[in-house]
Amino acid sequence: MHPALSIIVFTTVSGLGYGLAVALGLGLLDPMATATRVAHVLALGLIAAGLASSTLHLGNPQRAWRAFSQWRSSWLSREGVMAVITFLPLAASAWLALFEGRYVPALGLAGAALSLATVYCTAMIYASLKSVQTWHTPLTPLCYLLFSLAGGFALATMFAAAGGGTVTLPAVLALIFLAAAWAAKLAWRNRMNRLRPISTPETATGLGFIGKVRLFERPHINDNYLTREMGFRVARKHAAKLAMLSLGLGGLVPAALLVGLLAAGPAQGAAVAVALLAVASHATGMLVERWLFFAEARHAVMNYYGG
Amino acid sequence: MTSLPAAQPARKLGLVIDLDVCVGCHACVVSCKEWNTGGYGAALSDQDPYGAEVSGTFLNRVHSFEVIPEGGEIVGEAGEARIVHFPKSCLHCDDAPCVTVCPTGASYKRTEDGIVLVDEDMCIGCGLCAWACPYGAREMDLAAGVMKKCTLCVDRIYNETIQEIDRVPSCVRTCPANARHYGDLADPQSEVSLMVAARGGIDLMPEQGTRPVNKYLPPRPRQALGAGSEQALLAENTDGATGFFAWLDGVLEKL
Repeated sequence: MHPALSIIVFTTVSGLGYGLAVALGLGLLDPMATATRVAHVLALGLIAAGLASSTLHLGNPQRAWRAFSQWRSSWLSREGVMAVITFLPLAASAWLALFEGRYVPALGLAGAALSLATVYCTAMIYASLKSVQTWHTPLTPLCYLLFSLAGGFALATMFAAAGGGTVTLPAVLALIFLAAAWAAKLAWRNRMNRLRPISTPETATGLGFIGKVRLFERPHINDNYLTREMGFRVARKHAAKLAMLSLGLGGLVPAALLVGLLAAGPAQGAAVAVALLAVASHATGMLVERWLFFAEARHAVMNYYGG
Repeated sequence: MTSLPAAQPARKLGLVIDLDVCVGCHACVVSCKEWNTGGYGAALSDQDPYGAEVSGTFLNRVHSFEVIPEGGEIVGEAGEARIVHFPKSCLHCDDAPCVTVCPTGASYKRTEDGIVLVDEDMCIGCGLCAWACPYGAREMDLAAGVMKKCTLCVDRIYNETIQEIDRVPSCVRTCPANARHYGDLADPQSEVSLMVAARGGIDLMPEQGTRPVNKYLPPRPRQALGAGSEQALLAENTDGATGFFAWLDGVLEKL
């Protein structure tokens, strides 16, 4: 599948924002601290930037409002609806933190639960597609949720340090989510590598009863929309290296930094810097991971195109 | 509404494509583009039409496959090896995954005849339906930014302003080899249903659970060259001649 930059940025950035919103919703940060107020604004900003980015790949973005209508059947529509519903408690929580320095548990918990539901809907857009077998597994939403939490709690650790609060709880939770996320992701990759395609050129043409089917001629010499969108193959050449890179940047480096933060207990400024490094490294690793998520996925239509 | 019709459509209009007959001439591809670029919805645009990187939107394309039986490495070496030309357009599936993923309600399956259509005024061009379709039946038009797909020539088949003989999809009307057939596949007595029953018509990728309406007729077993031609075309054979030819045959025999 073609890794569209807008979708990679959207899923990474909004995932980070929703993860931070969960940490804020659980009341892990001191509502009186200025840093927490900044965190509220940043969470909303990341979510909004992500959603805005997701409209960039639309052919007719001026009609995007119509996407709220088909929540009965479409995960993409559900994602849009959930994003708007989630915005309400998140904005209310942010308002209370910004102007009253208050944390209201009921509102916070509602925002946290809805944030997770929204990330789940995003992941289900991909996981619901039977035509892309690599994605068609419950491990896909599990990875999206855990990566979102890992990034969000790493970010919360930074704001906890900046606010002068204790970093232990958010940092420990970030480490747990990081470990769980990569366990899920490695299981996901393992499944992908062992996958036997359910659809083959033989089932695609129905000619398997004669023998092995091989593409003789494409319908046309050049690429078309389908081969550009579904037939992306550049990444496969370096897939193993990129996977290691995403694990290193997205998992090992932030984990080492967070462990160091917990063990050394540095001064406030250093702690913020270390946590910021962990978040930056994780986000970069996530961009690589998301890129691979698309680039490595094989679409059933390629059975008709010799891919 | 992108939920599929609750009840099975009373009629299931679709195509039956005979893989034994298709010669791979691409006439259906051209006539489809010609009709549909001026018909339903936005025109089927081309990008860089006169350049080296020409590409464009098509609703019907013809692929060609080689089929190699066990033991035959090269086409022609083993008995059943063959080239099969393979036209492909929307299969108007009963369980169309492209319809249910649509976030706007632009994609829908008609209750009355089962045709899967896109209301282009509602399409945001997100491309998710093209991802959901395992057959590659949907292509985004890059100029209009909306999803294009086979309409089964809905603007021909019910069109009373054209001659009755033309009220079939453009590809069917054009096919010079008569490899494409159009009809109601919900009616077991329709010409297309009888054809599917007689020839063992198949679904493409049944494992995807889409339940396509369109069927493909698999190639018949190959016959050896000359088989069945012994009586028909032998120049020496005058059996059954009557009239002048019987008389001439008798006279010449006696000379």
